[in-house]
Amino acid sequence: MYKGIVTMLLLVGLLPTVQAETAAEKGLAIITESDNRDKGWVDSSADLLMTLRNKKGGESIREMRIKSLEVEGDGDKSLTVFDQPRDVKGTAFLTYSHALDADEQWIFLPALKRVKRISSSNKSGPFMGSEFAYEDISSFEIEKYSYVYLSDEVIDGMDCFVVETKPLYKYSGYTKSILWIDKAEYQLRKVDYFDRKNSLLKTQQFSDYQKFLDQYWRPLTMTMENKQNGKSTELKFSNYKFRTGLTDKDFEKNDLKRQR
Amino acid sequence: MTSSFSNRYAEFIVNHPWRLLVLSVIVILMTASGGRFLQFSNDYREFFSADNPQLLAFEELQDTFNKADNVMFVLAPDDGEVFSNKTLSLIEDITDKSWQIPYSSRVDSISNYQHTVAEEDDLIVANLVEGASQFSQADLDRVRDIATHEPLLVHRLISPKGHVTAINVTVQLPGESLNEVGEVVAAARALRDEVLAVNPDIKIYLSGLSMMDNSFGESAQQDMQNLVPLMFLVVIVVLGLLLRSVSATIATVIIIFSAILFGMGSMGWLGWKLTPPTASAPTIILTMAVADAVHLLVTFLQNMRAGQDKKAAMSDSLRVNLQPIFITSITTAIGFMSMNFSDVPPFHDLGNVVAIGVLIAFVLSITTLPALMMILPVRVRQTATSDTSQKSMAKLADFVVVNSRKLLWSMGLIGLVLVSLLPTNKLDDQFVEYFDETVEFRRDTDFTVENLSGIYDIHYSLKQGESGGVNDPEFLRQVELFANWLRGQKYVMHVRTVTDIYKRLNKNMHGDDPSYYRLPETRELAAQYLLLYEMSLPYGLDLTDQIDIDKSATRLTVTFENLHTEQVLALEEKIGAWLETNTPEIEFSGASATIMFAHIGKRNVESMLVGTTLALVLISFILMLALRSFRVGLVSLAPNLLPAGMAFGIWGFTVGQVGMSLSVVTGMTLGIVVDDTVHFLSKYLRARREKGLNTEQAIRYAFNTVGVALWVTSLVLVTGFIVLAQSHFSLNADMGVMTAVTIAIALIMDFLFLPPLLMKLEEKRHV
Repeated sequence: MYKGIVTMLLLVGLLPTVQAETAAEKGLAIITESDNRDKGWVDSSADLLMTLRNKKGGESIREMRIKSLEVEGDGDKSLTVFDQPRDVKGTAFLTYSHALDADEQWIFLPALKRVKRISSSNKSGPFMGSEFAYEDISSFEIEKYSYVYLSDEVIDGMDCFVVETKPLYKYSGYTKSILWIDKAEYQLRKVDYFDRKNSLLKTQQFSDYQKFLDQYWRPLTMTMENKQNGKSTELKFSNYKFRTGLTDKDFEKNDLKRQR
Repeated sequence: MTSSFSNRYAEFIVNHPWRLLVLSVIVILMTASGGRFLQFSNDYREFFSADNPQLLAFEELQDTFNKADNVMFVLAPDDGEVFSNKTLSLIEDITDKSWQIPYSSRVDSISNYQHTVAEEDDLIVANLVEGASQFSQADLDRVRDIATHEPLLVHRLISPKGHVTAINVTVQLPGESLNEVGEVVAAARALRDEVLAVNPDIKIYLSGLSMMDNSFGESAQQDMQNLVPLMFLVVIVVLGLLLRSVSATIATVIIIFSAILFGMGSMGWLGWKLTPPTASAPTIILTMAVADAVHLLVTFLQNMRAGQDKKAAMSDSLRVNLQPIFITSITTAIGFMSMNFSDVPPFHDLGNVVAIGVLIAFVLSITTLPALMMILPVRVRQTATSDTSQKSMAKLADFVVVNSRKLLWSMGLIGLVLVSLLPTNKLDDQFVEYFDETVEFRRDTDFTVENLSGIYDIHYSLKQGESGGVNDPEFLRQVELFANWLRGQKYVMHVRTVTDIYKRLNKNMHGDDPSYYRLPETRELAAQYLLLYEMSLPYGLDLTDQIDIDKSATRLTVTFENLHTEQVLALEEKIGAWLETNTPEIEFSGASATIMFAHIGKRNVESMLVGTTLALVLISFILMLALRSFRVGLVSLAPNLLPAGMAFGIWGFTVGQVGMSLSVVTGMTLGIVVDDTVHFLSKYLRARREKGLNTEQAIRYAFNTVGVALWVTSLVLVTGFIVLAQSHFSLNADMGVMTAVTIAIALIMDFLFLPPLLMKLEEKRHV
């Protein structure tokens, strides 16, 4: 046991000097490559069907449309309009995401006919009662995390990098996540999320990848399985469109009430 | 068992002691090695069978919403003021650190309570307390004002006076290992101790379901550690005094020890878990195993004192005792096995493991015990022993024979009066009171109930039915009506309902105008408030424990003051009736640990009625067969059945509350008390049949031959169960007291009631 620990410490101590790049550098390099490969999509829109399942096998669905706009040098802008459940139809949710500053969010409630700013620094709660937290689906920015490359692993027959990320922003619900990124296309295949006591909380799987504009991969199915309470959520994207000509004007908070 | 078999058997045993000893050591050790699989269970659900309807209802509710196992830190600052910089910072600190408790999924405190305020067109959702060390007096006052007026917090996380507060940690145990609760509690205690070390001017109490679960395990462990050695001590002293032979005492202790090892070892092999009831098994096996050995050794030593050599003395003792010991062991085992009918699974295990122990004790008593006595040195003084006790038995026989008529009527009357008091017992399973005041969980929970909030609660799943239906204004109005009605009821301490959140949000969305503190008017409005609010909640503090995923049902939790089981059942019924009359469209179901325990007593009594009756029939049948007399067997029913009824009568006017453990007592004691009757009646019948004595003479003969042995074995049994009564776990302690009382009464009835009854019947027969 003692010997083992000494060997381990030595190995950990030696690793950086033996390898050309440190594990942190390699992790960042993988993520940067992944991010670079996804640049230049300009804008996109898609329909989303969200299915919530509880331990008993009960189901509930939510439907929404999402429009996104790529923003150079900052987080993306996105606009989500809810269609189902019926009671929240027409509710529109606008986000300007930022790298390290808190994202700006507005919501239009048709029943109240008002736009409200959500000024909560908490983005770690469940999105629409699902197993996805807002932070799981918000726009990805490299600066939000620190990275460490862990190992190579084959999952579902795909050769993957395994990278550990730690959130650099306050109020995250996680201590860390472990990402599996395939070596061929640099796309996410699986993410394990760890809660504040560093126990495995959720596992996210990505499947049905489709390539758009001959360059941009998008998973049409994502599942999030909560390992602690037995609930799960499935996201199904359809009707993906790219470069539809969206501009900043389509993401104005004053125009939220006109979203239908 | 023919006498020629007994003879040959006895010869074999006394002539081949070593072979037997080696064989027994091998068998015992192999079985005992199963003990390594024994584990303490710490889950209150173990007390409920898999098909228990209240358990199923609760599981269903927890699968729809979230699990409700929890640890609660209750903080009481010495200065009586929660709203100080120091205490509030401490709450922030403990809240933060509580997320580190294993399996925790949610932490609720007054500091991370998600307070909502409107600021122009913004809805601000934030922790109520953040950075309390820098708070001004105005900040402290503001927070106090909000917390002590928030219906979600008062009487749940903060006392109205603001002198006691709680941090509630919800845990989701994966149920993969038995030690999960232990890990949770160890972490909670470590956190408490860490805080107390630097904050001497505050008291911290730990309550909640996980603490209770852990107490079940700890109290089982304590019973094993404390009661078993105490019982051994008692047995050694009693045996030493009685047998006045070191070797005989040592041999008996070895037999008893082996019986326990065998019983607990087989429990390990069978994969049964140690629960508080099964933890009493060693004590009970110990008590039961003594009797067989005593009967055998008393005869053996008497023979030697009368001048016989060792071998002759032992083979004679075996010959005489083999059959009675066999019968009494079988009846005792049957009595314990009647527990298999109980609705409470740990009692199945207890009954079975004691039955195994009793049967192996019988086998060991007629094999290993004589073998041991053959190789151990035995020195006795050749005198007529037990002179004084024999003389007192003769006097007692005189007394009974002379006063038989008076005794028959007076004992009969006392019996009837006591039995008639039986209905004064009330079923009561208040799970907190299972533990006495020496148990930390009990003390801490008592403090919590006195100062902050109750431990007994009912969760109501209120179902509107259609998807998104919780937002229906009519549904919300009815839920609010229900909550308001509950708040007006006696014993209700707190009602947690989602309608309070809707009302608060409605107020916030109208610029915090207090006149809007009411339910939203349309379904869309309610749904959209909820959506907005949910978007703003942090990790772990979501509404999924109050609203199901389809938003078609909500959970409302009502917390009560300390209640007796009867009151819980009455309230459950009253609430159900109210819901049916006033909110007929709402489909509801109420469930909780409180409800589960409230129903268990009655369910157990009903299931044990079958088991006890079956045991009674079987035992009576064996008795008649053994005594070869239907009539005498029938007569024996009176002294066998009355004692349990009388003991319950005494319990009724002294204690009056019967927990789930007491319903197994009748079946179990039946198997024990029948032993005395068997011994007494077999001697009586032998005198009548073989010696041709008349009723009166036969009774004197029975007193003279077995009177002392009955007196002594009953004394050991009563002492044993009184030792069990020292348990800090009331289910075991009550069972101990009740069994001891029953056995004592049985002996009295066998001495003072059975003989007069026999005389009366014989008299009639000859008239």
